[in-house]
Amino acid sequence: MEHKKLNPELVSLVQQWKGKEGNLIMILHEIQNHHGFVPRELSLELSKMLDVPLARIYEVITFYNFFKLTPPGKHRIALCMGTACYLRGAQAILEEVKNILGVKEGQTTKDGLFYLDVVRCLGCCGLAPVIMIDNKVYGKVKKNEIADILSKYIKEE
Amino acid sequence: MEENKVSLKINGQDYEFRAGLTILEACAEASIDIPTLCYLKDINQEAACSICLVEVKKAKTLLRSCVTAISQGMEIFTNTSRVREARKLNLELLLAGHPKDCLVCERNQSCELRKMAFDLGIRDLRFPKVTKIQMPLDDTSVSLTRDLNKCILCGRCVAVCANLQSVKAIDFTGRGKSSKVTTFFDQGLGNSVCVNCGQCLMVCPTGAIVENDASQSVWKALSDTKKFIVVEVAPAVRAAIGEEFGLPAGSLVTAKLAQSLRKLGFAKVFDTQFSADLTIIEEGHELIKRIKNKGVLPMITSCSPGWIKFAEHFFPEILEHISSCKSPQQMFGSVAKTYYAKKYNLDPRNMVVVSIMPCTAKKFEALRPEAKSAFNYWKKELGLKENEVFNDVDYVLTTREASRMIKEAGINFTALAGEDFDEPLGISTGAAVIFGATGGVMEAALRTAYELLTGRQLEKLDFMQLRGLEGIKSAAIDIDGLILKVAVASSLSNARVLLEEIEQGKSPYAFVEIMTCPGGCLGGAGQPISTDPAVKSKRMEAIYQEDKNKPLRKSHQNPAVQVLYKEFLGQPLGELSRHLLHTQYTPREEIL
Repeated sequence: MEHKKLNPELVSLVQQWKGKEGNLIMILHEIQNHHGFVPRELSLELSKMLDVPLARIYEVITFYNFFKLTPPGKHRIALCMGTACYLRGAQAILEEVKNILGVKEGQTTKDGLFYLDVVRCLGCCGLAPVIMIDNKVYGKVKKNEIADILSKYIKEE
Repeated sequence: MEENKVSLKINGQDYEFRAGLTILEACAEASIDIPTLCYLKDINQEAACSICLVEVKKAKTLLRSCVTAISQGMEIFTNTSRVREARKLNLELLLAGHPKDCLVCERNQSCELRKMAFDLGIRDLRFPKVTKIQMPLDDTSVSLTRDLNKCILCGRCVAVCANLQSVKAIDFTGRGKSSKVTTFFDQGLGNSVCVNCGQCLMVCPTGAIVENDASQSVWKALSDTKKFIVVEVAPAVRAAIGEEFGLPAGSLVTAKLAQSLRKLGFAKVFDTQFSADLTIIEEGHELIKRIKNKGVLPMITSCSPGWIKFAEHFFPEILEHISSCKSPQQMFGSVAKTYYAKKYNLDPRNMVVVSIMPCTAKKFEALRPEAKSAFNYWKKELGLKENEVFNDVDYVLTTREASRMIKEAGINFTALAGEDFDEPLGISTGAAVIFGATGGVMEAALRTAYELLTGRQLEKLDFMQLRGLEGIKSAAIDIDGLILKVAVASSLSNARVLLEEIEQGKSPYAFVEIMTCPGGCLGGAGQPISTDPAVKSKRMEAIYQEDKNKPLRKSHQNPAVQVLYKEFLGQPLGELSRHLLHTQYTPREEIL
């Protein structure tokens, strides 16, 4: 893994928030926005800069679902399990995605290409069942279409 | 009604308390017991266990007494059926997720969870066992092992690590079913800033944290006829081990302990107090040298290995303030495997040194890479190869482990008449006994330093300003017009206060004693586990009593130590001392 360093913007952000209540979460947010996850090395740096114990940083990262400890993958698959999608067979779609990619929800494929996220409602229930890859929505998907959809992203590489 | 007083009723009786107390504290003052599994006065008041429930008139729900303040006119009930049933239910829910291996659990006799289940009248386990994910043991530390399957998430260990010791190696992680107490990235205690003090173990209400048991290795060595196995016993052990055999806290059992160890099969039963006296000679001379040569001051004591690792992690820039003297445990190992081996014509490779310590960090100390002075001493003389390397101290047993071995061997400890330690490494003075209490090393050093500096006899040996359980003590000692300012701290959060002064160059002191555990070694994590807060002061009384009983009470009067210098070491701080009795410290990263 490449060694990640705090970029100058984050350093100035840390300086700005240093000593203020709730600063750890604010800074972790920014780090995650930048890197897509919270790299371990940055936690080490933050601990020194903010004088916050490492175990405390780990507590905050693991407490909130939002924070990720591993790189999120190049493409994020958001598979909807909201009521409408669920009733229209999202469970079978999820199983198919898991089978093809060999990951569980919340995990990234070994090649780093896909991150599988299960969400509740993407706001287009009329198209149920829905999956969204990055910002592209696939509606009324059928189980036998999944392989084709995913292969487009694999071919791009 | 007086100001700042609150009148209220508990179980129908009238009481008056200082305002600001919690219901739990008020009840404790009124001698009304309220069970709790997470509360620790001034350290952990997080309302995690939900056992300390009480009923308060007009309150909608039952209240947690540990976080509810008393108020004027309150009517509290601690013993209604609603209260009893709710406490019981909450405990039953905790038990549903707890392993049922109590028969073979190390905390079998000291488990608060087990005792509370019995005391609250739980006689069957009506909830099916919750199938939690099996979590692997954290066995990365050389001192402690954590079994998170036994953890009830009370938070005491997290609070003690942060608030008492200011180490903060562990914290809660995850949430809901997956919450657990762990280190950064689950790397384990052994790869963290943990200083091995084990105070987490002492407050754990279950068997989730235990010391790494060395007794099997010691049994094996004891039955090996080719080995010459000697034992050394730390001062604080004799003031506490009686508790493991049902004696009241504060019972002095020095002679029984020596006899029981001889019965266990040790070839020689020696005393860490011998090397405590030796430490005072070396450390006293080091202090005087630093004062006379305008060396780095204040000098800080180095006996407590938890504090040493703490300094290496958190205060790497002040390491030169720490005395270069090894701890008494380590000095004993080096002297036993060099001087004693030579004197009695023993092959140091066949010697086994076992120490009995009130401490879990001593297990770590014995394994420090620099703790091989005897091997380095013999290397040339015997032509030893690198693969024959041996440690100065081979095995470290806690007070508890030693007591279990004595029980396992069927030795009736309390009935023993008592015997003396063996000569010469079992001879000690009163100055060495008090190493077991916070302030003791300082007092012992002052008794010797005074006489070394003035050449006159010290009349009043008791430095009362340095005694007692307060976290930070200080005094100004007049040595023929030289005013020596000294300070003593026990527990690392207290130590931190003195260390920050030193770091900023603002420390007014010439000599500082630091002990990792509250109260000093008598409160170490190898000692019998007790929930009684009076235990420490009783052990302390026993230690000062033993000092009083000793015919010699100054380390430099120890005849065996005098012979050691005459026959072997030469001068304090001499060439041989430097190799065998002194060491150095290394700055450590926060993460390994």
